[in-house]
Amino acid sequence: MKQGIITLEHVNKWFGDFHVLKDINLSVSKKERIVVCGPSGSGKSTMIRCINRLEEHQEGKIVVDGIELTGNLKNIDSVRKEVGMVFQQFNLFPHLSVKENITLAPIWVKKMPKAEAEELAMRQLEIVKIPEQANKYPGQLSGGQQQRVAIARSLAMNPNIMLFDEPTSALDPEMIKEVLDVMVDLAEGGMTMIVVTHEMGFAKTVADRMVFMDEGKIVEEASPDKFFNNPESDRTKLFLSQILHQ
Amino acid sequence: MSGPISLTHNKYYSWCRDNLFSSWINGIITILSIYFIYEVSSFILNWTIFEADFVTNFRGERIIDRTFCSKNIEPGQHGACWAIIIVRFHQFIYGFYPVEEAWRVNLVYGLLPFALVGIFFDNLPFRKYFIYFTFLFPFIGYFLLYGGIGLDAVGTSKWGGLLVTLFLGVTGILLAFPLSIILALGRRSKMPVIKTICVIFIEFIRGVPLITLLFTANVMLPLFLPEGVRPDNLLRALVGVTLFQSAYMAEAIRGGLQAIPKGQLEAAQSLGLTYWQSTRKIILPQALKISIPPIVNTCIGLFKDTSLVLIIGLFDLLGVGRAAVADIDWAKLHYEVYVFISLIFFIFCFLMSRYSLYLEKKLKTDNSN
Repeated sequence: MKQGIITLEHVNKWFGDFHVLKDINLSVSKKERIVVCGPSGSGKSTMIRCINRLEEHQEGKIVVDGIELTGNLKNIDSVRKEVGMVFQQFNLFPHLSVKENITLAPIWVKKMPKAEAEELAMRQLEIVKIPEQANKYPGQLSGGQQQRVAIARSLAMNPNIMLFDEPTSALDPEMIKEVLDVMVDLAEGGMTMIVVTHEMGFAKTVADRMVFMDEGKIVEEASPDKFFNNPESDRTKLFLSQILHQ
Repeated sequence: MSGPISLTHNKYYSWCRDNLFSSWINGIITILSIYFIYEVSSFILNWTIFEADFVTNFRGERIIDRTFCSKNIEPGQHGACWAIIIVRFHQFIYGFYPVEEAWRVNLVYGLLPFALVGIFFDNLPFRKYFIYFTFLFPFIGYFLLYGGIGLDAVGTSKWGGLLVTLFLGVTGILLAFPLSIILALGRRSKMPVIKTICVIFIEFIRGVPLITLLFTANVMLPLFLPEGVRPDNLLRALVGVTLFQSAYMAEAIRGGLQAIPKGQLEAAQSLGLTYWQSTRKIILPQALKISIPPIVNTCIGLFKDTSLVLIIGLFDLLGVGRAAVADIDWAKLHYEVYVFISLIFFIFCFLMSRYSLYLEKKLKTDNSN
């Protein structure tokens, strides 16, 4: 296995007695786009949440950009500066305006002057194509707009890696495309991305590699071409037949 | 109401018809209600104002004790005798504070709003300077009230009436606020020692009546302090009141903290914010906003509960009132005294209630109700 920007080696995790991640090995190289799919409860969200330590793994080794994730708070802080994350439920801060949502971390974590942070926020909002919403509050935006703000908020910290945890699962169908478009732009810009999603069209367009998980294990890892046209495992075939024929 | 308004029926007419006289039953209830309101309000207005004595009685004599009250001269024919309030006004407002020094209390009353606006209104011009003043105010207030360099010392045993009520209420609430935030956060802490301390503190304080706490503060506090240090009665009461209030407020805030979705903290952490940054910028603003109604509830409760200090020998507003009622010269004027005291309590509690509504409205950032 070649050394990547993210490596997971023999990662195991339990929630109580429930063995949620079973011996996960994954290496992601720089600028690679990984799409993770699998049935619900298969551990895909947990896996990417381990990468920025929103969840703690109990066994194995996770190294992000040369920094190993341990109980060391300093390491965790450094990793979180490298890694941006977008959540299924957007998790925007409802008491702050769109602009304040984006400037908060640059001002408090990077100690950026306010004016500079606001300029940065406006640039990020241009990238996700909603600069006109800067002074609104999250509660006044549609789901698709909120998710794009969440992406802009992450990008403002200038991360090397972006994690997406089912970014379109909570959206109405007509809003999915606007979010995926932004993610495609991001992928084309060369961002290292790990995306948990069931949007197979998106996967075919941008993924360098597909990862299929079931019951806490990585069942299959393949290029999109092979994954969709010629999957090896029966479990993958069953999953694909279900998801593509719904 | 929508639709065109006809020329003969103006909107008041149709509003009355639609809402008050929509049916026979409704009409009868409306008429009965109006009659009832008329009877009650005319009684109240006559008793409190039109048939009441203020400085002089119905013969025009100046009222100097209860025998001059009109209602005691002609029983059953006159309203309230407010002279008791006017004659003892100084006591109600200042307690036994020396009359010639009362300006100091007035000055503190006058400065208090300036010390509070900075906290209450964040869109105030020059807010920064108001906040500086807020932090200076306890020292200014203490110096003015208690005395010291250049001012005669006035011991807290001479404080009383509204002064004690406001001192305990306002100081108690303001001191309890930061303490309660720490307690609420501590109770949710992952560190077992901190969590246990906070849980025990909150449960213990909440589990005993305020009276017990006041007694305890009064009797026990000197035992914990070094020999010779005798904190005065008012300070002991303040400690009791603050601890009591902080435990209740902590639980109100904890309710708010629990209502914040886990994703908020995760989003803050994934952006690289530390625990304290996330707490201060993300979690607390939202949790406090949700907790405004229960927080104000406990504040109003505490403000009224300060009257319990009566039992440890402090003369707050109610204590002064009871002393007034017990005065032979003015005996049997309970109604006047208690109505007056209730009115003062009501004004302050009502202000708190309105402020909380204002705050809720101001902090609303979505389109929901």
